[in-house]
Amino acid sequence: MAEQLLSGAEIILKALKDQGVEVIFGYPGGAVLPIYDALFKQNDLRHILVRHEQAAVHAAEGYARSTGKVGCVLVTSGPGATNAVTGLTDALLDSIPLICISGQVPTHLIGNDAFQEADTTGITRSCTKHNYLVKDVANLARTLHEAFFVARSGRPGPVLIDIPKDVQFNEGAYVAPHEVRHKTYRPQVKPDLARVEEAIDLIAGAKRPVFYVGGGVVNSGPLASKLLTAFVRMTGYPCTNTLMGLGTFPASDPQFLGMLGMHGTYEANLAMHGCDVMIAVGARFDDRVTGKIADFAPGSKKIHIDIDPSSINKNVRVDVAVIGDAAHVLEDMIRLWKARQKRPDQAALGDWWSQINTWRKRDCLRYQKTDRIIKPQYALERLREAIRGVDHYITTEVGQHQMWAAQFLPFEQPNRWLTSGGLGTMGYGLPAAIGVQIAHPESLVVDVAGESSIMMNIQEMSTAVQYGAPVKVFILNNQYMGMVRQWQELLHGSRYSESQLTSLPDFIKLAEAFGAVGLRASKVSELDGVIREMIAIRRPVIVDVAVDPTENCFPMIPGGRAHNEMLLGPADRTEEATPEDGMVLV
Amino acid sequence: MPNDLTNKIEKHTIAVLVDNEPGVLARVIGLFSGRGYNIESLTVSEVDKENNLSRITVVTSGTRMIVEQIKAQLERLVPVHRVRDLTDDGPCIERELALVKVAGTGERRNEAMRIAGIFNARVVDATLSSFIFELTGTAEDLGDFIGLMSELGLVEISRTGVVAISRGAAGF
Repeated sequence: MAEQLLSGAEIILKALKDQGVEVIFGYPGGAVLPIYDALFKQNDLRHILVRHEQAAVHAAEGYARSTGKVGCVLVTSGPGATNAVTGLTDALLDSIPLICISGQVPTHLIGNDAFQEADTTGITRSCTKHNYLVKDVANLARTLHEAFFVARSGRPGPVLIDIPKDVQFNEGAYVAPHEVRHKTYRPQVKPDLARVEEAIDLIAGAKRPVFYVGGGVVNSGPLASKLLTAFVRMTGYPCTNTLMGLGTFPASDPQFLGMLGMHGTYEANLAMHGCDVMIAVGARFDDRVTGKIADFAPGSKKIHIDIDPSSINKNVRVDVAVIGDAAHVLEDMIRLWKARQKRPDQAALGDWWSQINTWRKRDCLRYQKTDRIIKPQYALERLREAIRGVDHYITTEVGQHQMWAAQFLPFEQPNRWLTSGGLGTMGYGLPAAIGVQIAHPESLVVDVAGESSIMMNIQEMSTAVQYGAPVKVFILNNQYMGMVRQWQELLHGSRYSESQLTSLPDFIKLAEAFGAVGLRASKVSELDGVIREMIAIRRPVIVDVAVDPTENCFPMIPGGRAHNEMLLGPADRTEEATPEDGMVLV
Repeated sequence: MPNDLTNKIEKHTIAVLVDNEPGVLARVIGLFSGRGYNIESLTVSEVDKENNLSRITVVTSGTRMIVEQIKAQLERLVPVHRVRDLTDDGPCIERELALVKVAGTGERRNEAMRIAGIFNARVVDATLSSFIFELTGTAEDLGDFIGLMSELGLVEISRTGVVAISRGAAGF
């Protein structure tokens, strides 16, 4: 029997289905019309029509991060692809597995400056984990399967496949996923046991240990968080999370120190600074975490568990590197810890905890409570109380509100907290929330936003309304790009250059114009009622919370400073003392 | 200092075996430019037609930590099969080829010819007023030769960049 031939467009959809894709986020255009036509003729794949391609990628990120699956994006050539670039870069920096299919002008026109032509593989080479241009339909199915393998294996990331329009029309044979094996790409998943032995020896001998846990544990899957929690509890050691790692260790656990880094807690940062053994799991020592590299955790031995060998010794030199998937490594660690009958030094650990508890007593997240005006921290505390016990997901935009959300909201499970950590993309939160809501239609999905960030992808309210995705946009409205204003206040003599949006929309009318619901809380007394109403309404809601415009986000490690040089509140002034080289840092 | 064992800049010759597919060289070069690494020379050519493999030889420099990072980043590229630091794994043979055009007449022309003989450079083109010399050797040999020729009517130089291979029986 002759092999059945399919059009390129049909091959694409079949490959997506075989790879387990259920939802595609996209926007049509000339160069992807054959794919959209094929979509029209089937019912297995659901397409979510966004309002801007950047949002398609963020929505797919939200979908991926909250489900553990590969997110899927479909955009047209030229502007469709270039609009996706920010989203792809965001996914690359936060290691989110994505497949982005972009249309391309027909092969015979490539290089001719054709209408809506862009060198998409050239443009996205440095903002994807890998990318492909498929010029022959015979290679299409194989390339798609390979792309999924690359996106989800090792350190996950976005993979783009650029497909010229003629290839979408041409007929070719389909190849099933199991027939495809990648030639070269074989990330190491299982660790070298000798390294694991070294690591547990070091861990058992520690006097002032700390677990420093990042987003790699989320990427590894829910099992990794369970194993991590079990191992941390087995040792009795303190644990801190990066921004991306929140949820991997339950925030309510007494061994949890809170988030570390630039806006991390006093106890987490001082524990990092004072530790003698640091156990980094799926974290990458980025500059927001380390502060001044030369003074980072001086005198500590460092164990680094990571699936990406290039993360080892990139920013900070470590003593024991364990390459592998977090779940595999943690499983081996627990097994060997038990088999070798390792026991922590209880006396030293007791001293260490009493030291940590004195740091905790500083109550570093304390803020000035008042009835006069809504403090942003208070708004989040009230949100925290309202969502306790409710099945919920939190996304954020980028800025002060993001850091406050990380500090004040309760993260008990992985995959429930979605934020743009590496790239810091304003406009991430709303489309990401839509992606989450599509995957979890019954859950409460809240985008904690700022009034400036939300304006960057506000058009996606229209998407939320179209699909009845009842996302809640919870705006902490301080009338400033708060984090920019904070840095200008602390480092640039309070010269608020272009950091205020002086003609903000009426968010209630804006919500209504989109067909959503708008709510406002201007007074402390209105807050709880508005939050209750927001949760009760089964439609998209924008909540405009008027918060103190002058509030700053503390604690803070100013640029170029070490972990033990934190500013704890407005009383700690920094302007005079910030070193010149620190000013340069962002 | 634990985080910065040494700041000494080292020169390394790194061989990279890659799939010979479109864009692979751009990926390698983009990695170096995007992350701010140095390229002193880079050569590439197909070495295995059957398996569609190319070999890239990069001469780079940086601190020990940077060089380790370069290798790890190269290994992370999807079409990269293997990365080998020939300088670390040494000893290795490094060679470069240069074509050197020299114009002149009279005594300068004779002197150019005489020096070419000393360096074992071959004459691959000659006119009554010029030579093109072909010279293979280490980058230093080529530099010495070119330095002398610059006094004797040097017109133009084309160099391949370094190719290298490890000594002994073991393969890549």
